[in-house]
Amino acid sequence: MKSAEAAVVGDAASKVYVAPGKYDEFYNFVSGGFSGQVSVYGLPSGRLLKVIPVFSKNPENGWGYNEETKAMLNTTFGEIPWDDQHHLDLSQTNGEHDGKWLFANANNTPRVARIDLTTFKTAEILQIPNSAGNHSSPFITENTEYVVAGTRFSVPMGDEDVPISSFKKNFRSTASFISVDKNTGHMNLAFQIVLPGMNLDLSHAGKGPSHDWFFFSCYNTEQAYTLLEVNASQKDKDFIVAVNWKKAEEYAKAGKGKKMAADYAHNTYDEAKQTATSVIEHDVLVLDPKDCPDMVYMIPCPKSPHGCDVDPTGEYFVGSGKLAALIPVFSFAKFQKAIQDKAFDGDFYGIPVIKYEAALHGEVQKPGLGPLHTEFDDKGNAYTSMFLSSEVVKWRLKDLQVLDRAPTYYSVGHLMVPGGDTRKPYGKYLVAYNKITKDRYLPTGPELCQSAQLYDISGDKMQLILDFPTIGEPHYGQACPAALIKDKQVKFYDINKNGNQYVTMGEKKANVVRNGNRVDVYMTAIRSHLVPDNIEGVYVGDDVYFHVTNLEQDWDLPHGFAIKNNPDAELLVMPGETATLRFSPQKQGIYPYYCTDFCSALHQEMSGYLRVSAKGSNVPLKFGTGVIDTTASAK
Amino acid sequence: MARTNAFFSKRNLFAASICALILASCHFSPKQESSQEKVVRDTSSSAIGQGKFTNVTLTHPLDQQMITAGKSIYDIKCGSCHKLTSEKLVGPGWKGVTDRRRPEWIMNFVTNTDEMINKDAQAQAMLEVCMVRMPNQNLSDNDARNVLEFMRSNDNKN
Repeated sequence: MKSAEAAVVGDAASKVYVAPGKYDEFYNFVSGGFSGQVSVYGLPSGRLLKVIPVFSKNPENGWGYNEETKAMLNTTFGEIPWDDQHHLDLSQTNGEHDGKWLFANANNTPRVARIDLTTFKTAEILQIPNSAGNHSSPFITENTEYVVAGTRFSVPMGDEDVPISSFKKNFRSTASFISVDKNTGHMNLAFQIVLPGMNLDLSHAGKGPSHDWFFFSCYNTEQAYTLLEVNASQKDKDFIVAVNWKKAEEYAKAGKGKKMAADYAHNTYDEAKQTATSVIEHDVLVLDPKDCPDMVYMIPCPKSPHGCDVDPTGEYFVGSGKLAALIPVFSFAKFQKAIQDKAFDGDFYGIPVIKYEAALHGEVQKPGLGPLHTEFDDKGNAYTSMFLSSEVVKWRLKDLQVLDRAPTYYSVGHLMVPGGDTRKPYGKYLVAYNKITKDRYLPTGPELCQSAQLYDISGDKMQLILDFPTIGEPHYGQACPAALIKDKQVKFYDINKNGNQYVTMGEKKANVVRNGNRVDVYMTAIRSHLVPDNIEGVYVGDDVYFHVTNLEQDWDLPHGFAIKNNPDAELLVMPGETATLRFSPQKQGIYPYYCTDFCSALHQEMSGYLRVSAKGSNVPLKFGTGVIDTTASAK
Repeated sequence: MARTNAFFSKRNLFAASICALILASCHFSPKQESSQEKVVRDTSSSAIGQGKFTNVTLTHPLDQQMITAGKSIYDIKCGSCHKLTSEKLVGPGWKGVTDRRRPEWIMNFVTNTDEMINKDAQAQAMLEVCMVRMPNQNLSDNDARNVLEFMRSNDNKN
C-alpha cells in the first residue's frame, strides 16, 4: 500500500529546514530536460537558486537574444533556439569533483556544453557530427581528460541519402571523445569511434583500476528501424560496450584513424571580450574497431539496458535492463581476465563478445520492476531506480543483497547521490527525479511542474524527507558540497577590464554613431539614469544597436534595458558588463526605453525616448541626457 | 556630447538647496535644531566617518600624477552622478567637498560605502536628500586617495 502520508515520518521537517539567511549544504545541478536549460537547487531545502541558460534562448537574462550571445546557439543548421537537455557531469580531478566546470548535453541536435562554475554561464558549446540523439553524454573520465557523446539514433555517416530500410548496411552509431584542456576547459573533438547500427544509451567512465575504460549501454542490437517498442525488444540480451579510450587515444596518435569531412559548429564565449564566436570545423578523426584491435569489446547485458554505472572503487559496473527482472553486476577484474583468456561468445560485426558469465560478478535478484539507474554511497551500497514499480532499491555491492526499498511519487527515472558517480560519494542524501507528478502539488491545469524527492540515506533505512518541484523534465543531476564552489563566485565585472568592443568607459564617452543604415548607441547605465536618454535622427529602416554598459561596480546591481515594440526582446546587464540589443524600427514614432530591473528608489525615472522619423526625412542626429532644448519646444 | 545646466528642474534645484542647507547645518551650526540633527543624535557621528582611514596625510603641493589618475577614475565611476560644480545631479556636486568633509571621511565613504550609509549620521542625512544609496564602486585604497587628490585640485587646493 502506498500512502504518501505514511511515507513521511518523524523529523523530516527539521532535516530539510534551512533557516532564513542560511545556506544550503549542497549545490544540486539538475538537467532541465525539454526546457533545454540547467537548473540549480540547494540541498536539503530544494530551493531553486538559478536557471542556467544553455541550449535555449532565455528571456530572463537575454541569453541568445543579445548580440553578444547569439553565436552560442549557432549550429551548421543556423540558430536553434530550443533543445532538449538530459545529463550533467561535474568536472573531476582524480575521480573527485573539482568544482571547475559542469558539462551538459543537447539530445536533439547533438551538442555538448561546458558551464563555467565561477560565473554559472555557458562558456562553450560543441556540435557533434555523425550523431543523432546525443544521449550517452556528457559523461567524463576521472581527470576530465575526455567528455563523451554517443548516438542514441544510428544514422548514416556523412550526409548520405539512403533508404531507411538499409539500416543494417548503412546506419552507424558513434562514440565521440571530446578532449578538455585541463587549464582552460576548451573542448576539442579528438576522435570518433564508429560502431554498428544500434542505439547507444547511457555511459560512465571507469575509475581506479578501470580508469582507461568507458562503458556504454546499448539496445536495439536487433537493428530495428520501425516499431522499436516491439522490434527492438526481441533479444534477451543486448550489450555493454566497453571502450578502452587509452588505447583509442594511442591509435589516434599512431595514425590509425581516418580524417573524414564533417561540418560542426564550435561556439565559445570569451569572458574578456564578453562576446561569443561561432567557428565551423570541417573534419573529424574516425576510428574503426576493425583497424584497432583490443579497443572495443561487447559484454552481453539483459535486457535493453539503460543505465550503465561504475561503483566508487572502479571494480564493479552495473547495467540496468529496462525489461530485465534482475540487475547484472559485472566485475572489471573478471572482464580483464575474460579478454586474456579469450572467453568470447562470437562477435558482433567483428567486435568480440565476452561470455556473459565470464565478466559477471553476480545478479541482484528480484530487485523490482524496470531498473534504470544506479548510484552509490560511501558505505559500499548501491541505489537503483525502478521505473515500473516506482521505488528506489538499496542493495549491497559485496553480496548483492537487497537491503531496503522506498516508494517514489511517481515513476522514478534518474536518481542522484551527491558525488554518487565519483570515487568519493558524499552519501547523506539521495534525490529521485520522477517522471510523473500527478497529485503531488497544487494542480496547475494539464501542465504540471516536475517532481523531485529527497531521501535521507544516512541510516539503514531510506527516509523520504522532502518533495520539491523542478523545471522542464529533470533527467540526471549532480551535486557537490557548496564549499567547493561558493567562494569563487564572480560578483561583478571590473569595468576597467571590460574588453567588449562596444564598451562605454564612463558617461563622457556615451555616443551615437551613424554609419549608413547602422546606428550604434554607446549607452551607460547607473542608478538611476541612462546616457543618452534622448535620441533623435533615427529613421525607419535603420538597424539600431544599443550597447548598454552597466557602470555599477557592486554585487547584485544589474540594470535591464527594454525599448517599446522591439521584436528582439530585452537586455539584462551585469555590473561592469556591456550587452547589445538590436532594434530595427518599422514605423515612425516615439519609442520609450527604460531599465527593467528595479535598481533604486528612482528606478521608475530610469528611462529615455528614441525618436524614429520617416525614411528620407532630415531630422538631424541628436542625443544627450539632461539637455533641455528650448528652441524646439514650440513645435 | 552637448549637455547644459538647464537640465535642473525646479524640483532638483529645491533638492540641491536643501542639500546645501543640511551641509551647512551639520558642519557649521551644530546647535541648530532640525530633523537632520535628530538623526545625527540617534547614530554615531564622527568627522572622519566609519572605516580604516583615521589619518590621511595630505600632499603640498598637489600630486599631479594622482590628480590625473583620480580624474580617469572620476570619468568612469563617479561622473555619472557627481558634477564638478556645486550642483547636485544624483549625488551632490563636488565643488567645496574638501571644505565640507575631512579627507578621512571622504576616503572612508568611497571605500566603505555601505557601512557608512548604514551607520554614519552625515551619510544618512545625505541619503535622505538624494534618495539613492551611493553605489559602492569598488575603489581600491589607492583609487580613493587619487580621487581625493582630484577633488582637492577641483577645489583649487595647493
